[in-house]
Amino acid sequence: MARMEHMHEGTRTHLENLPCPAFETTPSVQAPPAGQRRVAIVSTAGLHQRSDRPFGVGSDDYRVIPGDVTANDLVMSHVSTNFDRTGFQQDLNVLFPLDRLRDMARRGEIGGVASYHYSFMGATEPEKMETAARALAKLMKDDGVNVVLLVPV
Amino acid sequence: MGGLAHYLEREGLATTQISLIRIHTEKIKPPRALWVSFDMGRPLGEPNDAAFQTRVLSAALGLLDEKEGPVLKDFPEDAAYMGESGPWACPVNLAVPQEDLGEEGKLIAAFKSEMNQLRNWYDLAVERRGRTTVGTSGIGLDELPDFIGAFLTDALPPNPNPAFHLGHSLNLATDDLKAFYTEAVTAQPGCAGTPDQLGDWFYGQTAAGKLLYAIRDKHARSDDRFLRLVARALLIPSARPQPPA
Repeated sequence: MARMEHMHEGTRTHLENLPCPAFETTPSVQAPPAGQRRVAIVSTAGLHQRSDRPFGVGSDDYRVIPGDVTANDLVMSHVSTNFDRTGFQQDLNVLFPLDRLRDMARRGEIGGVASYHYSFMGATEPEKMETAARALAKLMKDDGVNVVLLVPV
Repeated sequence: MGGLAHYLEREGLATTQISLIRIHTEKIKPPRALWVSFDMGRPLGEPNDAAFQTRVLSAALGLLDEKEGPVLKDFPEDAAYMGESGPWACPVNLAVPQEDLGEEGKLIAAFKSEMNQLRNWYDLAVERRGRTTVGTSGIGLDELPDFIGAFLTDALPPNPNPAFHLGHSLNLATDDLKAFYTEAVTAQPGCAGTPDQLGDWFYGQTAAGKLLYAIRDKHARSDDRFLRLVARALLIPSARPQPPA
């Protein structure tokens, strides 16, 4: 359960004491109207294409996931064993909702789905992902992305 | 995740995120976040429920219409799997007499027998779903039992991935093993299972689960630092420190 009171005590204590990055202010970019949103997914689930290099302990880089990736080609190599994987093993959309975004685009609820999506491996200090994240921003803008959906694990 | 939101939004991209750990989101204050009550690993809640996943997704994207931020809202629904669940049992009887699992050789033999029993269900699952998450280790399913079982012996196996440390190969192999078991058992009628039920079954009722605890205990004081790390922290969830009685 993601409700802290239902978690194992050790897990709860670990999460309560985990350092979080501090930011003095929160930026805000106005999103376009729903029908003009081109959405990319950024995951921290350690996802990648089957032929890609697996993530390892301390990985602070990312993998590129093409928008036309097939379900069988998307795998996970996150190092942690402390989250449920059985949902992903049954349905990739439980943590990478690509099919759901495609459905929304077909219905006109969003403008479109990005040509590329990205995954980090979240068991890494956030500050170490900053350089890669800023470089990703340019790549996404070149892809016409104007909204990023961040999905944790 | 919230840190990524800050970095990307500062570069001019509107972001919205799903939040699994509310206290972290409260501290980091990303531009827009939807807290959900689901298990870590299930940010969209319910597998194979497109309508539910779409409600979560729509709620997260809907935060982009808020006039001011930072925004943190709670998704109002629990996932169906979080409700009361009845008894769950794997119809394929994998029970191995406990007296057979005390010896290293018998435990490995029981583990291999178990994988054989589940193989047909796994193959059926792959055919039906059109996908499998098994394979990140690069070790074939026919070779996987020998590779993992070797860690319970005094002779470590050759490393099939020279680019990685042997411990990393073990980590990936045991992830493949767990995925094999889940994908196989959930293909059986009435066996969708909640995360807790599937975890209780794997770690508490299978020879594979017992084997992983034994490998952890054997290498928890290894002279090899990385193998020691994998054994202590990456084989068994911290919420399950001991095998169930």
